[in-house]
Amino acid sequence: MKLSALQQSYLGRRSNSFRSSGPLDSSSDGAFKSPAAVFWLVLHGLSCLISLLLGFRFSRLVFLLLSTSSTYTSPFHSPTELAKTLDIRSVIPADPVGNVPLPFPNKTATNSRVVVGRHGIRIRPWPHPNPVEVMKAHRIIERVQTEQRLQFGVKDPRKIIVVTPTYVRTFQSLHLTGVMHSLMLVPYDLVWIVVEAGGVSNETASLIAKSGLRIIHVGFSQRMPNSWDERHKLETKMRLRGLRIVREKILDGIVIFADDSNMHSMELFDEIQNAKWFGAVSVGILANSANIDETVVEKRGEEENPRMPVQGPACNVSNMLAGWHTFNTLPFAGKSAVYIDDRATVLPRKLEWSGFVLNSRLLWKDGDKPEWMKDIDTLDGDIESPLDLVKDPSVVEPLGSCGRRVLLWWLRVEARADSKFPPRWIIDPPLEVTVPSKRTPWPDTPPELPSHKKPVIGIQEPIIKHTTKTRTSRSKRRSKRKHDETRTDRRTTGFDKTLQN
Amino acid sequence: MRKWFWGFLFIAFGFVCSIAAERNPRTERISGSAGDVLEDDPVGRLKVYVYELPSKYNKKILQKDPRCLSHMFAAEIYMHRFLLSSPVRTLNPEEADWFYTPIYATCDLTPTGLPLPFKSPRMVRSAIQLISSSWPYWNRTEGADHFFVVPHDFGACFHYQEEKAIERGILPILQRATLVQTFGQRNHVCLNEGSITIPPYAPPQKMQARQIPLDTPRSIFVYFRGLFYDVNNDPEGGYYARGARAAVWENFKNNPLFDISTEHPTTYYEDMQRAIFCLCPLGWAPWSPRLVEAVVFGCIPVIIADDIVLPFADAIPWEEIGVFVAEEDVPKLDTILTSIPPEVILRKQRLLANPSMKRAMLFPQPALPGDAFHQILNGLARKLPHQKSIYLKPGEKILNWTAGPVGDLKPW
Repeated sequence: MKLSALQQSYLGRRSNSFRSSGPLDSSSDGAFKSPAAVFWLVLHGLSCLISLLLGFRFSRLVFLLLSTSSTYTSPFHSPTELAKTLDIRSVIPADPVGNVPLPFPNKTATNSRVVVGRHGIRIRPWPHPNPVEVMKAHRIIERVQTEQRLQFGVKDPRKIIVVTPTYVRTFQSLHLTGVMHSLMLVPYDLVWIVVEAGGVSNETASLIAKSGLRIIHVGFSQRMPNSWDERHKLETKMRLRGLRIVREKILDGIVIFADDSNMHSMELFDEIQNAKWFGAVSVGILANSANIDETVVEKRGEEENPRMPVQGPACNVSNMLAGWHTFNTLPFAGKSAVYIDDRATVLPRKLEWSGFVLNSRLLWKDGDKPEWMKDIDTLDGDIESPLDLVKDPSVVEPLGSCGRRVLLWWLRVEARADSKFPPRWIIDPPLEVTVPSKRTPWPDTPPELPSHKKPVIGIQEPIIKHTTKTRTSRSKRRSKRKHDETRTDRRTTGFDKTLQN
Repeated sequence: MRKWFWGFLFIAFGFVCSIAAERNPRTERISGSAGDVLEDDPVGRLKVYVYELPSKYNKKILQKDPRCLSHMFAAEIYMHRFLLSSPVRTLNPEEADWFYTPIYATCDLTPTGLPLPFKSPRMVRSAIQLISSSWPYWNRTEGADHFFVVPHDFGACFHYQEEKAIERGILPILQRATLVQTFGQRNHVCLNEGSITIPPYAPPQKMQARQIPLDTPRSIFVYFRGLFYDVNNDPEGGYYARGARAAVWENFKNNPLFDISTEHPTTYYEDMQRAIFCLCPLGWAPWSPRLVEAVVFGCIPVIIADDIVLPFADAIPWEEIGVFVAEEDVPKLDTILTSIPPEVILRKQRLLANPSMKRAMLFPQPALPGDAFHQILNGLARKLPHQKSIYLKPGEKILNWTAGPVGDLKPW
């Protein structure tokens, strides 16, 4: 009884602070106060003073001492009894055709099971996610998203036919993995036509086999030349080879040119579904500005906002195709890269192939297709730009809200022409020279015996950087060896600098 | 020839049926007695007479504090405005079925915007004294054919704290009237039999303005933003939300599927549209605007409030739209939600996508057919015709005008 009144006045004090209202005439309504109320006020004041002296809430201590169970595991037993005493009033029904009020609210159907007062906070013994349930939830999310795509996404999505020219070189793995993962995420049916310069190789085949996509891998007899000009020409021929495959196999869908060093956004694949016959999207040009001269930097500094150059369709006010944005090569005149491993800027062509998509029916021999499409068998020479495939450039449909959205990015980055890399990126046989790093996280593990050293001096600089980095990572995994290291250390002094990172 | 004619008619009928069925594959109409009721038109089914009260009961209060138009208790003001220009309004009280008293009882706001209910009983009392002396209709039935909009925390109990509200009970003079309120909890003093539960006011334009494209994939599994512990008023926990919100936090703060926090993000509406489930747990009172927001944004509401009575429960089949979780089952919330079959989830989303469902939760200005105003009128129309027993014999008195705390009897 005493405690309930204390609790009530406690509550009253709390809720008063809730609304920050000054004249609270609600709780103590009435002009006069009963002696009991005065007594409790005095007690309240006393406990406040004691709390001031002690430095913490005295009444809370009293409360805790008198209660029996802990907060966090089960509902309070004594406070629920207190709550029950408060609750007697809550059970009184409003209308006369009501239920008989019971003195203690048991869990009957007619009375409220809901109790006002303090409840325990229920925490289960292991409040962490259950992996099986997490997987179930992810499956639910996938199902909901598939349904969303069916309802609000593209109606009747067509198959996507991707044509990629590639060849074996150091950066092929980097570029092709990026394209491969983008294609693996595409929610539509996909066919990937990979045309490889220099013939079909195991390297490329093993790389793309990991994707699980449907792949048509063909070889092109010529090897990839060393200059960018020649390379662009050969790539064009390889793409035409890919288009011929589409014609031979009578593939039905939308053809997109995904160069292996480009970056594609997922929205690109949704947007190209809107192409009827021949569409064009805006391509952001990431001209590799690794070693830009000061003059170019100055020029850039003069502009307020050096914007990324974009290639693609340009529209007029009524959203009709009016022209083309192309890449301005003037600032780079004479300073662009000529050979593949030059450190100058690599320039794109006027209009890159990757910004165009076409309906595969345009390539078929028979069938109804618009008469403005040239037959690809008749084209054999140099095609400067993809617009040479059509007789009339104005039939091209601008996609991506009329070219305003940049949906993919063009980039050309290559390693030095003479750079080497382990075949299929498997280091086999395993490296046997391990050089200790300066600090290992496992100083106590027993030392391992080194075997004979492999001659590594003949390899050129880029590959040296590459292999020593792997070596340090391996040595971190192995232990620190005491005496033999110093000997190998001195022999491989050239690598010390790199080891210090 | 007649056979041909009937055959043709049959085929044409089948054709029309198939076209009609294909028209809206993505939303589902709640068919049956509950769902059709949402689209009922109350015009012609009832007549409402609006009392002309002096402006100190409504307009002057609003002028003093225009914030009342945008907080979650604004339904009382918009209901008044709607009725003034609605076709169900009649200027002849003799033919009216229902009588409406426009009092803005929830418009006495603190500087932070929370309504103080301390003067509301006196205001209501004074208004009723006025109408009972100026018109004969109150005394005829002692208010049984009158309705009042009381959207405050605990309805006509006029207090924000539950124990005090229970102590006070519903204002004695409103015992016979129909109360249109947001509070709804079964077997509770503050919910009369025959009250109409309405959703809290949520600004329709703000929500419309923040819609994102429908093909944005829903990638959040469970979403909630709000308090778990009310440190100002309930520091130890256990009182606020009966410990349910704290239980949600303690059990699921480490769970990556649950995007729950106390932040106030600017992208709250957009996030709700990217979530599959939105938690609507009770707070100090069982109702919250989260339910309205969840329905409008197509997020399945997970209602954690024992014995709650949801808005328009006789017209909207909440069991089929939302998920109900008992407060004691909160620690198992993740198991409960992941064990719902995907077909059930997709069906709930289709029901939520129905535009008439979203409109029934909103108070748009100007009023649209099927919105919350019309649902209130439908509810009132369903209670017609009045029973003969509500009409009192002359001289008979049922209500006790002097009941209640002494402070309520003071004039306003």
